[in-house]
Amino acid sequence: MAFNPQIGTDGKLKHLLTIEGLPMEVLLHVLDTAKSFMSVTAQEVKKVPLLRGKAIFNLFFEPSTRTRTTFEIAAKRLSADVVNLNIATSSQTKGETLLDTVANLTAMHADMFIVRHSQSGAAHLIARHVGPGIHVINAGDGRHAHPTQALLDMFTIRHYKGGFNRLRVAIVGDILHSRVARSEIHALTTLGVPEVRVIGPRTLLPRQVEKLGVQVYHDMAVGLEDVDVIIMLRLQQERMSGALLPSAGEFFKSYGLTPEKLARARADAIVMHPGPMNRGIEIDSAVADGRQSVILPQVTFGIAVRMAVMSILAGN
Amino acid sequence: MTPPDAERLLAALAEQIRRDLKPETAIVGIYTGGVWLAQRLHEMFGLATPMGTIDVAFYRDDYRKTGLRTGVKPSDIPFPVEDAEIILVDDVLYTGRTIRAAMNEIFDYGRPRSIRLAALVDRGGRQLPICPQYVGAQVQVEGDELIELQRDESGRLVLRVTRRGE
Repeated sequence: MAFNPQIGTDGKLKHLLTIEGLPMEVLLHVLDTAKSFMSVTAQEVKKVPLLRGKAIFNLFFEPSTRTRTTFEIAAKRLSADVVNLNIATSSQTKGETLLDTVANLTAMHADMFIVRHSQSGAAHLIARHVGPGIHVINAGDGRHAHPTQALLDMFTIRHYKGGFNRLRVAIVGDILHSRVARSEIHALTTLGVPEVRVIGPRTLLPRQVEKLGVQVYHDMAVGLEDVDVIIMLRLQQERMSGALLPSAGEFFKSYGLTPEKLARARADAIVMHPGPMNRGIEIDSAVADGRQSVILPQVTFGIAVRMAVMSILAGN
Repeated sequence: MTPPDAERLLAALAEQIRRDLKPETAIVGIYTGGVWLAQRLHEMFGLATPMGTIDVAFYRDDYRKTGLRTGVKPSDIPFPVEDAEIILVDDVLYTGRTIRAAMNEIFDYGRPRSIRLAALVDRGGRQLPICPQYVGAQVQVEGDELIELQRDESGRLVLRVTRRGE
């Protein structure tokens, strides 16, 4: 990457656009800070005053419930003022460009933008054009990156497994369309996970994915052998063009996580999923609701992780 | 200056606090030095209420200038703050800003009946109307000097004075 607008000339993190290229210390700073934010939940008043008077704009050009809501809760727990923009009914549909929308919101004294967009690079574009003192967080851009999801998944792994240095982690399913998978692979390798496996059909794996430092498996039963962490991905049917798959039923037979396939992993393996889940397509309900599932704790941890990212950025 | 003996100051501080202790008194230490002191006091007094710890990083008033530092510790107040009698413990009392932040954080857990402040050393220089009830010693420190509590491998507490930038 020639130009990395995330890091300022003082070496501090100004925007969070992608995990790629971020040093381990930055990732650990977020995870450590998030751990401290977990205790805010124990307070009678579940708020800290760090971002009082800051205006945070949730710019979601693509639908999202979990991510948008947890960003909103996180911002409110930091005492920021949050504005949610319903883009479907906004000026964009009247032809305003992305940068004009952002310029207008900046004129309303925005301090931070949380951006989700179906186009890869949308958050980068905004970050390059905002003035100093304004921060941008990528909440998912096309197939490119979803850095806060990767960070909350790293928080979850550290919470249950204590660290990263001895783990075998498998990412399963539709890797090709998954910005989550890409961000996770960068985070896992940066944090020193010695073995990252990706499991999926040839048609749903990016070409040359092994260059990211992962091992490729097409047979799920073999790929899950002795793993400590299983990250299931959503089958992104809305991003598919052409016949990449025979059918959802066929996919479940080969790559759906069932109790039988889960039994190949270590007995204490955890099962994660970024949501929303397609039950019966990539994951069996018996697994999703089973004792090894940490899917709902992931959502809770997501609030603390997003509080950490926002408060670190706004302070830099 | 030569700093006073921290262990002797702790003993003096404990004697002052002991006179006011009630069975239900709660102790809360401020990271890092205040937590070490609070641990020692809690043990000495054999208090029934579990000890609390606070890292004031999320309540500091200089966040906009300095940002969020690394190594923030989770705060832990494992007792009901509502109606509690709390003794807040810190190592060095200076501007009073840390104490202001700690009190704000405590109030987000509930409304205590009272908070009293214990500091191992008071170096003066207050910028806020904060006044400790228990003090190990008042010390004279130059403006560019830093006095801080350290703990050696055996757990013994030591005060050190350094010049800023050293």
